[in-house]
Amino acid sequence: MLPAAADTLLAALAAGWADPHRLYAEGRTARALLDQAREVLARGLAVRPAEVSFLPSGPAALRCGLEGLRYAGRRRGSRMVATAVEHSAILTSGRFLAATARDPALFAEVPVDRMGRVDLAAFEQALAAEGTVLAAVQSANGEVGTRQPLAQAHALCRAQGIPMLVDAQASLGRDPVPGHFDVLAGDARSWGGPGGLGVLVVPERTRWRRPGPVSDIEHGRGDIEPVVALALAAAEAWRQTEAEHADQSAASRAVIGRLRAAASGLADVEVVGDPADSLPHVATFSLLYVDGEALVIELDRRGFAVASGSACTSSTLEPSHVLAAMGVLTHGNVRVTLPLDPIAPTLDDDVSRFIAELPDAVAAVRAQLGASGL
Amino acid sequence: MSPAARPDPGVPPVEVDARGLRCPLPVIRLAEAARDAAAGAVMVVLAGDPAARHDIAAWCRMRDHELQDVTEIREATGAGAGPAYLRFVVLIRHSRDSSS
Repeated sequence: MLPAAADTLLAALAAGWADPHRLYAEGRTARALLDQAREVLARGLAVRPAEVSFLPSGPAALRCGLEGLRYAGRRRGSRMVATAVEHSAILTSGRFLAATARDPALFAEVPVDRMGRVDLAAFEQALAAEGTVLAAVQSANGEVGTRQPLAQAHALCRAQGIPMLVDAQASLGRDPVPGHFDVLAGDARSWGGPGGLGVLVVPERTRWRRPGPVSDIEHGRGDIEPVVALALAAAEAWRQTEAEHADQSAASRAVIGRLRAAASGLADVEVVGDPADSLPHVATFSLLYVDGEALVIELDRRGFAVASGSACTSSTLEPSHVLAAMGVLTHGNVRVTLPLDPIAPTLDDDVSRFIAELPDAVAAVRAQLGASGL
Repeated sequence: MSPAARPDPGVPPVEVDARGLRCPLPVIRLAEAARDAAAGAVMVVLAGDPAARHDIAAWCRMRDHELQDVTEIREATGAGAGPAYLRFVVLIRHSRDSSS
């Protein structure tokens, strides 16, 4: 979380503790603060405040967006289309739908290329099947950074009258706000806000209806009152991230360029994701003959916190579905995600040290497996 | 790309049984077995780890060898039945000396 957002969070816990639905003074204060936060985010997302709902997390917003589109389209069918690299909240929902209906055709996972970008011809074909009521496309992939062609995908959806759900969790605060969507979901952590707050945008033009009883919470799109202090902190983080976006983005891209160049100098490595048309703050690579879990632990020992999409680092022992769909090496995978600058003022030095120590760390874990010189 | 090698019919396939090994060990076992192989050698790899499906294909691409076939094997149920695994057939297109 950005320091300014943390300060706001603490201040707001004192000022905005009351239930915004209550009519006493503290309740009215909380309501006013919540409205204020909503306005900041609505302006930032270029939508109206009534189109913005706060949900408990990004994935919750994503799932809620999906369910409302499906329910609104139930007379036309229940089929869903998604890229094969979507968030698991989308993929598990789609697979569950198809499995419970015993009809695999109800969920189409559209393949991506080696960069992780959706195959638009296959996407168009998938949309054409009868009974399709929604398509899910992410703005960019948080694991490998590759951006999706939202404008083209949205044009294909519109041509078939199918609403497009955009998962912007990876890109908000890092890339310009997507301009092509029918429903949008995001997570406050993406732009330096607190955990525990998702954002769902349902424009008035979109046919969307939440299944279940009518709710009076969050414009009828939620059943849990948002925590006012979290919403205010998210709005403060948005203000700051937006103001610094241009500098931030250029600086991140330069650092990521250094990381990718350093990684590609290692032996037997695949640097994955699009080098140019991608998020400015993500670098991902896979190393042959490297145990991803051992490398994460080795780097952690040296003071670096990296993520991995390798199977051995997951609870399921399945490799990352993103790396698998791209057809790249899944083992020995390392993902470096840069924090927003004010959170990490020593970033440049840290990255230099990481680059200096990486070859050693890789050699150490390869030697552990007896895989040196293969 | 190296010139297309043909499987050498006079040489029996080398079997690499990596069942029960987790990533990245199946690929490491394959690489060890392929280290001294000549162009045209055929490797048959058995692996049960779900990552092997992706990683053996990626290894073949990175090393310019050819993944000729992947089959899922489900052994008969009953006594002695094992879990399902994959059988990969890899054609070694070039000896290691000519790989770089």
